[in-house]
Amino acid sequence: MTGLVCSLAAGFLLALMSSSVVAQPQPFITVASTTSTEESGLFGHLLPAFAKDTGIQVRVVAVGTGQALKIGERGDCDVVLVHDWAAELTFVEHGFGIGRREVMYNDFVLLGPKGDPAHVYGGKDIVAALRRIAAANAPFVARGDDSGTSKAELRLWSEAGIDPKKTGGGWYRDTGSGMGPTLNAAAAMDGYTLSDRGTWLSFKNKRTLTIAVEGDRRLFNQYGVMLVNPAIHPHVKQELGRRFIEWLTSAPGQQAIADYKVGGAQLFFPDAKGAPS
Amino acid sequence: MPDLIDAFAAAWQLVLTGDPTLVAIVSLSLGISLTAVLFASVLGLPLGALLAVLRFPGRNVLVVVVNALMGLPPVVAGLFVYLLLSRSGPLGDLGLLFTPTAMVIAQVVLVTPIIAAITRQVVEDLWQEYGELYTLDGVGRVRTVGSLLWLGRFGLLTAVLAGIGRAAAEVGAVLIVGGNIAGVTRTMTTAITLETSRGDLTLALGLGIILLSLILAINATAQFVRNTARRAAGI
Repeated sequence: MTGLVCSLAAGFLLALMSSSVVAQPQPFITVASTTSTEESGLFGHLLPAFAKDTGIQVRVVAVGTGQALKIGERGDCDVVLVHDWAAELTFVEHGFGIGRREVMYNDFVLLGPKGDPAHVYGGKDIVAALRRIAAANAPFVARGDDSGTSKAELRLWSEAGIDPKKTGGGWYRDTGSGMGPTLNAAAAMDGYTLSDRGTWLSFKNKRTLTIAVEGDRRLFNQYGVMLVNPAIHPHVKQELGRRFIEWLTSAPGQQAIADYKVGGAQLFFPDAKGAPS
Repeated sequence: MPDLIDAFAAAWQLVLTGDPTLVAIVSLSLGISLTAVLFASVLGLPLGALLAVLRFPGRNVLVVVVNALMGLPPVVAGLFVYLLLSRSGPLGDLGLLFTPTAMVIAQVVLVTPIIAAITRQVVEDLWQEYGELYTLDGVGRVRTVGSLLWLGRFGLLTAVLAGIGRAAAEVGAVLIVGGNIAGVTRTMTTAITLETSRGDLTLALGLGIILLSLILAINATAQFVRNTARRAAGI
């Protein structure tokens, strides 16, 4: 009985070890990033190009921005690529990250269900739209997971002068999960939700959801990349990490970002410039 | 219903084409879970048997704790191992976080109590039945552990299978300590989570069907081996 498990496990253990032995020669870095970059398929497009140019393998751990920064703070990755400008600057200020560079942007879109109960379709003013949703007590599905999108959404609510968690009535639903699960929930509940455009375009379970509001300047979504500070975490692969950051912000990297399209639509817009902030 | 049919079709398609990514994910899943169950058996079988035959102060408390740990939420086990292996944690220098080894460790933590608890029950029943034959002192009881485990080997297969089922099905622990890195730590369950996130529910369910079939196949093999061995042993 245990013999069966033993032999099976031993076989796989050998296979596992041999595969890691084979994988050893290729240098790699670990990047903590956001679900939006992974789930939209951007990394699937960028990383092979980077590996081809440099021979460096990139291992992406895709979580919310809040968690990605935490992974960086604990020294469990070499590079952080996220989208929460304010949190990134705090991260750098506290000395956890160095050499922050802006890489690309996309934008957030407000998605709504068929029937548009809050009458916000086609609007350009995101804050006015949020006020209408609150006034109509229309279901709004929120991330609530300390991600970049969640923080952007909460900033917009505060601009609208509304504290959605305190208004009651059950229309504001906090899923505490990633963008994908939140979109699944919004599609199932016929609710409104805020998403980054990249995840939305590559998302496959849209049901009746469509873009309700887009194009407001306040929906701008900047991505930044930085190296985890080797002065705090000496094991950080700083040279490989720097090469990744340099490549992303260089002409070939920026071009690769611009080239990534889903259904003919460009998902991310390169905007790297100048020296590290 | 059409969703379900599509999912079966997707699963079939993946298996038929022998998708290399799928093959890698399945091998990694099985490799991690079976390795974890192997270590958990090495720890859990003797531990459970000792708990069954020895009498010492605090034994009842320990039995309750081991039984309760069968319900340890995978995400808690994952978090515990994450904090241990994180660069800022006590074992950080090993650099094991986000590797298959970390996933095996987390699953050993999850599975050992299951194997130990079921083993304790099986061996305790045997002990009550045959204990008088041994009528031995404390040291002798320890020596009986080996023969009791052998005597209960067919019942203990269930303990090991329960462990395999738990290990292959959980996602909470491997997601946290493995990081779901494509080609490195992406298993069946974390791939299912990812595809669900991407809204590709058909593919997610298709992967789920393949996972279920694998667990079914492992159980069928175990049943076959048990029956054959029983006949050979004349039990």
